[in-house]
Amino acid sequence: MSLRGLSPRFWVAAVLVAFVVLVGLIGPLIVSTNPDATVGGLYEEPRCCGPLILGADNEGQSVISNLVYGTRTSLIIGLVAGLIGTAIGLLVGLVAGYRGGWIDDVLSAIVNVGLAIPVLVIIILVSVSLPKRNLYTLALVIGFTAWFWVARAVRAQSSSIRTREHIDVAKLSGAGFWSILRRDVLPYLLSYVVMACILQISGAILFESTLSMLGLGASNTTSLGTMLYWAIQWGSVRTGAWWAFVPPTFMLTLIVFSLLLLQSSLNEVFNPRLRRGRAARKKAVKEGTELGTPIEAGDAGPVGTEGILESPVSAGRDR
Amino acid sequence: MALARYIGRKVAWTLVVFVVALLLNFLLPRLIPGNPVDTIVGQLAQGGGAGGEQLQQIHEQYMKEFGLDKPMWQQFFIYVGNVFQGDLGTSFAQYPASVNTLIAQALPWSIAIMLPAIIVGWIVGNLLGAVAAFKGGWLDRGAFIGSLFLSSVPPFALAIILLFLVAVKGGILPVGGAYSFGLTPEFSLAFFGDAITYWWLPFWSLVLVYIGGQAVGMRSMAIYELGSDYVNYNRGLGVKEGHTVRYIFRNAMLPQFTGLALSIAALITGGLITELVFSYPGLGSLLFAAIGQNDYPVISAITLLITIAVLIANLAADILTGFIDPRIRAVQSGER
Repeated sequence: MSLRGLSPRFWVAAVLVAFVVLVGLIGPLIVSTNPDATVGGLYEEPRCCGPLILGADNEGQSVISNLVYGTRTSLIIGLVAGLIGTAIGLLVGLVAGYRGGWIDDVLSAIVNVGLAIPVLVIIILVSVSLPKRNLYTLALVIGFTAWFWVARAVRAQSSSIRTREHIDVAKLSGAGFWSILRRDVLPYLLSYVVMACILQISGAILFESTLSMLGLGASNTTSLGTMLYWAIQWGSVRTGAWWAFVPPTFMLTLIVFSLLLLQSSLNEVFNPRLRRGRAARKKAVKEGTELGTPIEAGDAGPVGTEGILESPVSAGRDR
Repeated sequence: MALARYIGRKVAWTLVVFVVALLLNFLLPRLIPGNPVDTIVGQLAQGGGAGGEQLQQIHEQYMKEFGLDKPMWQQFFIYVGNVFQGDLGTSFAQYPASVNTLIAQALPWSIAIMLPAIIVGWIVGNLLGAVAAFKGGWLDRGAFIGSLFLSSVPPFALAIILLFLVAVKGGILPVGGAYSFGLTPEFSLAFFGDAITYWWLPFWSLVLVYIGGQAVGMRSMAIYELGSDYVNYNRGLGVKEGHTVRYIFRNAMLPQFTGLALSIAALITGGLITELVFSYPGLGSLLFAAIGQNDYPVISAITLLITIAVLIANLAADILTGFIDPRIRAVQSGER
């Protein structure tokens, strides 16, 4: 894949994601104020330069410092939960789809049950039952409950790959079960898995903020969700203290929007059929590349189709 | 006949999932180390909300209600029996009040903002997505980026911004709650006229996000259909565009229809927080209060209710899809 094939949309998304990651990584180094230290009065207004550049929250803590640390927390939770969820979903989907038979039946039944029960319900029930909640337990809970749709999508694709000829060749050459999965099935799904992972990360960040706003957030760490929890609890929206709730709202929106934009632009790269027919063809002819695209796309039928059918819908759904 | 078998299978499947949901609702609170009633009553005592004698009374009540002196499987059947009799238990925090009453007070408000949002959002979103995909050009670009943005804005973020701009800064609509102070809910024109001013903002913040999500999905479906063989064939034959569009629309519609049911879970999730932001007295606010007070029976009743709502929506969509799309029936009854 050459860089020239990437749409402007991809670059916009990549820059936004990079910005968010920078805020989470470098922000806490630049803003040296302790997010738990009281530096001002109740909802003190923003004033230039120093820890109060975005004002103070309901406990007189610096909003800018809470914001950068909160961004970091949200990113950590999203990354940990997203990776766990994708890994479990990938493993279950691969095994179920490639193995088939009763293993497939059992795993698919579990996945279908899991899909039918709203994820938030399970997460709420587990979090309420936990004696202590911190950053990582929250990430684990989200990761271990929100993987079902990944498993279903991966299963659909790997079961279509199972019937292809190169799998027979691999079997005849004596490759083992896991080796076939890793070297002959997984590469066909890789683009899809990357996109699913991005969706999982943004979903996990949203789940975290939803849980925190309901009062089930991590008790010892600031996250964007807990900032909003306190802002709403103390009526900052009503009193007009915009600096308490606009920054975390903006940051969350930016994170989720940039991740979804990244996913959808990658989707267009990986699924040529999603590109607008005429424009894409014209472009291909003009550049003199990708002339084989229509045939290849047709050949990749089952995988491509599944990817399209699953991803745009579940993108909106999974939250 | 195939249709009946298809529906029967779907109903059976829904029942299986329902039993699993009941099990989860039953088991998870019992995973709290030690006796859940002791833990919860202990927390109540720490909070200082209730006196010693009252605590004793509460403790006995719950020991009896949960049947904690009995073995686990018997407890489960007691729980299931209660649920099927429509008895969701007694609230911890507002002690003598039954969970049923609390839910009955909250549920109509939630339905009032969520149901119209689902219906309006689904119709408008799909129309927008289909038109954008077909027309292309600036309309498509604008509608797509707009919808993508709306659908990826967390619902509560939109709610917070709308509340701040329209109600607090603009002063156009009331700031929070569901009806003016001093009124009591009743079926009268005066009350309705008052309540609807409070209803607009939560409704809009839900419906905008939902329109965005549906439009993005529909656009992808329609573009995918636009590139398919039958469309090219029709073009080659010189069939009128309007005629082809009907096929495209109907084909692209089907997945969206299943999506309607699945997206209901997401909408409910968003709706819960939206209610919180607007202090709308629905299930979301009730859940929030219950979590703050460790009011387990209320929490578990709400999660159960959400699950049931989602299950019923899924089942309804499955059955309706079976009626609409003969292929699904054929595949389902032919397979296994």
